[in-house]
Parts: sequence; structure tokens; C-alpha cells
Amino acid sequence: MLEVVISKQLREYTLNLTLRAQPGEITVLMGLNGSGKSTTLNIVAGLLRPDAGTILLNDRCLCETREGIDVPPDCRDIGYVLQNPAVFPHMTVYENVAFGLRARHYPRPYVSEKTSEWMEHLQISDLAQIKAGRLSGGQKQRVALARALATKPELLMLDEPFTALDQESTRGVKDLIRNFVREMNIPCVLVTHRLLDSQEIGDRALVICRGVMEWEGSPGQMPEVCTICQCR
Amino acid sequence: MKQNMAMFLERFRKKNYRPNLTYLIAGVLIAAVTFYLAFPIIALLIRVTPDMFFTTLKDPDVVRALWLSLFTTVITLTIVIVVGTPFAYFHSRYSYPGKVVVDTLIDLPLVLPPAVAGVALLVLYGRAGILGHYFNMFGISIAFTTLAVIMAQIFVASPFYLRQAKSLFEQLDPAYEQTARTLGASSFRILALVTIPMTAGGLISGAVMTFGRALGEFGATIMFAGNLPGVTQTMPLAVYVGMEGDINVGLTISILLVIISFAIMIVVRIIQKMEAARA
Repeated sequence: MLEVVISKQLREYTLNLTLRAQPGEITVLMGLNGSGKSTTLNIVAGLLRPDAGTILLNDRCLCETREGIDVPPDCRDIGYVLQNPAVFPHMTVYENVAFGLRARHYPRPYVSEKTSEWMEHLQISDLAQIKAGRLSGGQKQRVALARALATKPELLMLDEPFTALDQESTRGVKDLIRNFVREMNIPCVLVTHRLLDSQEIGDRALVICRGVMEWEGSPGQMPEVCTICQCR
Repeated sequence: MKQNMAMFLERFRKKNYRPNLTYLIAGVLIAAVTFYLAFPIIALLIRVTPDMFFTTLKDPDVVRALWLSLFTTVITLTIVIVVGTPFAYFHSRYSYPGKVVVDTLIDLPLVLPPAVAGVALLVLYGRAGILGHYFNMFGISIAFTTLAVIMAQIFVASPFYLRQAKSLFEQLDPAYEQTARTLGASSFRILALVTIPMTAGGLISGAVMTFGRALGEFGATIMFAGNLPGVTQTMPLAVYVGMEGDINVGLTISILLVIISFAIMIVVRIIQKMEAARA
């Protein structure tokens, strides 16, 4: 389980957030642009430091500001797909998926086996030797997902994974995410600003507005109007 | 035939090719700039016959200048790349006090007259210089040696690479490096496998421009390293000496430098096209 209690002074407001994500569930983080969603993910991933707070993942302390604990991002075991899926364009699809496994110095046969396995899961095996820079938006998203999942993360975080996708690709990627989160029994935090995405994929939804939790509950029961700033 | 010609001219007038004043001015300007830039090179090529070129190419002075230039330029480029790449990376990624001053210092050699750069190096590293004085006490002499040629080239040519590398690293979307970090990669692995390959085209362009600038370095070299054949007399210096003595040597080395400069520009253009195609 992921348990986050963080506070960080941003340019226009203070991000003050308590977040819990259960294993096997997709927790959707919603809010307008600039409401603090991506900042929250970056803090959990260790790319940003909170001013104060605690981050626990499966009872392992990733960050505790009072005690000066701050596990670096490369040791947090978090699969994070940023808004730009950031597939490395100069590498082949195979090299992209193998990147995390190689970085962790797994033996070559293991890297090869796991990379092939995850490419097959995400139906990108036929693209293995193609340079990632030549892929479509949907294919890139699959590669980024395979690359993140191949390292067997304890938490999956996805920032706006459907933005660059057409309807068909969106449906496919949603199914894949849902299946893998259930299968691997890991918590997943997914950021989106589209209500439909939240309802289709989310088990639980949190709405944040200017860094503060506005609403929490089932995605189907989400209010249409935010009570803090009356934004839609 | 006359009828065909008349039809052609009629079509020419009807189309957008109507010779109005704008086209005339544009044509004159393009021709003027092209000829101004091309004529001196053409004159040089006309003046040197292939026979004279290949005969003078065997002249010991020419061979010495050529090898010295290539040797010092390759060393300069290696040092600039090895030191400059990580420097530009850290400089673009971190904020530190005096960063603006460092930025200005990187740009300074581009506007500073090379002769002034040479004098400055001499004042610092010369036998009676601020640091050179101490080096001299240990029997180390820097000015008027091959090392001085390399130092002058680094001072004058490195900004071409440093500026390019700095701006490439600044422009690279941080998402790539952040993703690599969350995947467990170390900083060195990210630099070697993600950052440098993703900026390689631009870095090579910068390196080629640095090579060209170092190869053509004259002012700082003559001030700081002198003009000793086989020790500090690089190709541009040999051209200068040749024009006062054996003019064929001067002309032959000039042609060599023109060929190398053309090759450099062609390499840069090819890299730019490859980059554009990849983007």
C-alpha cells in the first residue's frame, strides 16, 4: 500500500495532500491543469523533495523529512510513466524495454527473457528492432508501460497516459493497465483530467484543487462542481 | 522558332516571374553577396595549378605545418570534448553562484580579438608571467612551445563546443532523464546512454566547428606560441611566412585550408540534415 502525507510550497499555493493507494486498485488523481497532480507524482517518485511529509510504500519508508530520509528515485522501485512517455528515440523498442533491467545489472539471459515476455504482454514484439523514435503515440505508450512494468515495480504511476492516444488505443491501454495492476497486485496512481477516463479505469478517485484534496470517493459519484474554486 | 520564343516570353510574363523591381533588387543582392564571398576563393583556386599544388605539397615546411596543425587540433578537440561535455552538462543542470559570470566567460573568446587572447595567455603563462614565473622555477616553460599552441587553440575555439553543448542539454526534455532515473539508472549511465546519444548530432556539429576554428587559429598562436617551424608554426602561420617568402607554400597551404573548411561545412550540413530527418 502507498501512504503519502506531503506538504510543499509551490509558486502560487501550498500543496497539502494525504493520499492512500491500495494494492490491485487504480487510484485516479484528478484536477485542473496546475492543480498539483504531476507535482504529487514527482514527489512520490523522488524527483522532487517535499518540504515536509512522509511517503511509505508497503511499509518501507521512502521519505521522512523530519528524519532526513530520502530514498533516491533509482532505488524506490516505482514504475513511473511521465506525461511525455519519454521512450528513448535512439534506442530500439527492445533496448527501451530492457533499459531498466540492464540498469539494475540483471544477468543477460534474465534481461532477454523478461524483455521478450513484457514485449509480448504489451503486443509490441513485432516492433522489437524498430527505433522507438519512429513509433506512433499508442505504440510509444505501450513501450513506456512495458519498460516500467518490466522492472517489477512495487507501485505504478501514470501521468496522463491517454492524452496522445486515439480512442481505440486508449481502450487497449486502459485494458492493459487494469489487467496488470490486478495481476501484479500493486497500487497504481493515475493522473488524468478527463472524467470519462476516471470512471472507466478508476477504482477510487481523488480530486485536488490548488494543492488541496477536494473530494475522495468512487469515480461514478464525483461531483460536477468543485466546491473550493467552483472549477469544472 | 520566333513564335515559340514569343509564347515562352508571354508565359513568363503571365506567371509570377514578372521582372519587377523587387526581383531585380533581390537578384542584385544575391549576386553581389555570392560573388563577394566566392571570388576570392575562386581567385585562389585559379592562381594555383594542380602541378604547383602537388609539388609544393611535398615541401618539408608544408608537411611540418600540416602535421603540426592536425596534431594540435586533434589534441585540442579531444580536450574540449572530454572536459567540455561534462562541464556543459553540470553547468546546464545546476544553479550556482556566479553562473552568469561563467556564461559570459564562455562567450568572451568569441568577441575577444585573438591577438588579445594570445597576449593575455602570455601575461599569465609566459616566462615572466603571473603563473609562468613559478612554472619557470621548476624548469617548465609553456610559452613558445607546442603546448602553447594547444592552449591558445582551446582558449579561442572551445566556446563553439561549449555553447552548443550547453544549449543542447538545456533544451533536452527532462522527462527522458527523469524516466531513466526512476528505472534505476545511475547518473553516469543516464549521461552516457540517454543524454549524450540524444544530443549527439548537435554535439558533433559543435565539435566540427571547434575543429575548424582551432585549425584556422592565428592571432593567439603567434602571440603566445610564436612562429617556430615544426614546433609552433601551424598552417595559418606558415601561410603568413610563405606570403613573405616562398609564395607557392603560402598558396598551397591556403588551398589546403580551403579544402578542409569546405569538408567541415559539408560534414556539418550532413549532420544537420540527419538531425532534421530524425526529428
